[in-house]
Amino acid sequence: MRFWIGAAVVAAALVAMAALVSYEYFFFAGYTVLMFVVLATAWNILGGYAGYVNFGTPAFFGLGAYSAAVLYKATAAPLIVQIALAALMAGMLGFGAGLLTLRLRGIFFAIATIAVTVIMQTVFINWRYAGGATGLQLLRPPTIAPFDSYIKMLFIVMGVSAIASVAIARYIERSWLGRGLRAIRDSEEAAEASGVPTLRLKLIACTISGALMGVAGAPMPMYLSFIEPASTFNLNYAVGALASPMIGGTAHWLGPVIGAVLLSSLQQIITVTISSEINVLLVGALLVVFIVVAPDGILGLARRIFGKR
Amino acid sequence: MGIPLDLLLEAVLFGILLGGFYAAVSMGLSVSFGLLDVPNVAHPAIMVSGSYCTYFVVGRFGLDPIVAGVALTPLFFLLGMAVYRFYYEVFEKRGGRETGVRGIAFFFGLALIIEVGLILAFGVDQRMVEAPYIGKSLVLVNDIRIPMRTLVAFGAAIVLTVALTLYMSKTFTGRAIKAVAQDEPALRLMGANPVRIKQWAFGIATATSVLAGAMLIIVGPVEPGMDRDYIGRTFAVVVLAGLGSMTGTVAAGLILGISESIVLIHPSLGASWAPAVSFILLLVILGVRPQGLFGR
Repeated sequence: MRFWIGAAVVAAALVAMAALVSYEYFFFAGYTVLMFVVLATAWNILGGYAGYVNFGTPAFFGLGAYSAAVLYKATAAPLIVQIALAALMAGMLGFGAGLLTLRLRGIFFAIATIAVTVIMQTVFINWRYAGGATGLQLLRPPTIAPFDSYIKMLFIVMGVSAIASVAIARYIERSWLGRGLRAIRDSEEAAEASGVPTLRLKLIACTISGALMGVAGAPMPMYLSFIEPASTFNLNYAVGALASPMIGGTAHWLGPVIGAVLLSSLQQIITVTISSEINVLLVGALLVVFIVVAPDGILGLARRIFGKR
Repeated sequence: MGIPLDLLLEAVLFGILLGGFYAAVSMGLSVSFGLLDVPNVAHPAIMVSGSYCTYFVVGRFGLDPIVAGVALTPLFFLLGMAVYRFYYEVFEKRGGRETGVRGIAFFFGLALIIEVGLILAFGVDQRMVEAPYIGKSLVLVNDIRIPMRTLVAFGAAIVLTVALTLYMSKTFTGRAIKAVAQDEPALRLMGANPVRIKQWAFGIATATSVLAGAMLIIVGPVEPGMDRDYIGRTFAVVVLAGLGSMTGTVAAGLILGISESIVLIHPSLGASWAPAVSFILLLVILGVRPQGLFGR
């Protein structure tokens, strides 16, 4: 119950921001922060709960974005339909990639996900209809009634997606699925021997995680009014999605949220004020420092300080 | 296929040269990941940093790039030992839950730091080295031209591969490294210290990566982000080879080199598909035969 009150408060705060703030850049930056909340939460479902590292966030994110863009080009379908298709396509990719590699040890899965990213990027570079290597210009549809600008609408849409994905992650964490995934992370052999259907659980987690990453990508073509392979399948999405839970804490649904909000806010500030190289360096350094010094992330640190178990 | 025969022949020849180079580049990873089971996704980044060190030494002292690479091996050997020691103390020793996840993420973070460090130190522009053989080419019959730089890199690759293979099978330490990969508890019972052997092996793996880096900058210009292409190539070669098999690494390198150069000249595929070749190969092996060609 407390969770839903919290979610309602966050939702109300986002709506209040949209109603009160008139500074457009705020929503551009806020959209990115919310997008990373979705990506980090999605990553954590497989990476945090089950312990399978996914470097392929850009593949799922990019497939979602391209599904939305191609559907929009072909039929001018509304955003909600684009998001649904993106979730479906990215979920199917998650299922397929999982089926191929989740039987193997974690490192093979990790490398296979990099492979999926590069292959996806190559496919879209070579697909003329989707704009090829040069990309695709897209005209935004007119803004719909309660919103006074398109970017505010995208901000709210991403806010809803963020709350929904956190709710899904929280549900998984507390259900039989989460218990099974944790058993896999602690010892896959022991889980298998105790009758946990490990492959099926991993496949479910990989599919849900992929679908949510697709949802995070779907509004991107409308956000930029443009889509292009090199930036859509950029490894930086993988970095953000992996580093946020590692920094925030992977054991609890709140960890990726804290990590993503901190990290991507910091990134927004540094990219604008210093440079994007320093930004990547900072993320890399923070990631390594947290893995080494605070393996349970900010949540783990907080627990240690306040003495709660 | 619709490719003229002489063009295909040229592609295969070029692919063999490229493949020898890929095998040499993957040798270090074949030891660190294949034998020692360290998820070293930073291997290509270390190699690219080796290219830049070579570039620096060549520019400063006017050495031949290969000589510069050899001169840098002790430094990279020590660096590799330090990295492994750190990895062991922080991850392997503690063991247990999530070691795998954190180990992979650690090397991923390390790769990022190296990449950005290179950008900050040298900029994003491409860098290359000068040597008498760079820019010349060898003309064979039928007007087939082979760039000398590829030939030199191929020669160095062969020497490196043969040396490493002999080292692993003939010397005491080499056999100890293979033993630690096969059965670590048994080695411990024999009174040997597996951590010291692994540390030594990781040092050797890292030392070969600076040689690979020197070859990389001979073959063509390098840029800091290049390690991303080589993640696919090196891991594809190591997995296709069967983890830790030296003979397999050569065979797998050749398969990758030839496939890439055929895709490159194929009329309907071409250069835009070339980066995906290694990754498609990797996915196919993982799906069909995860133990690789010469798997243990």
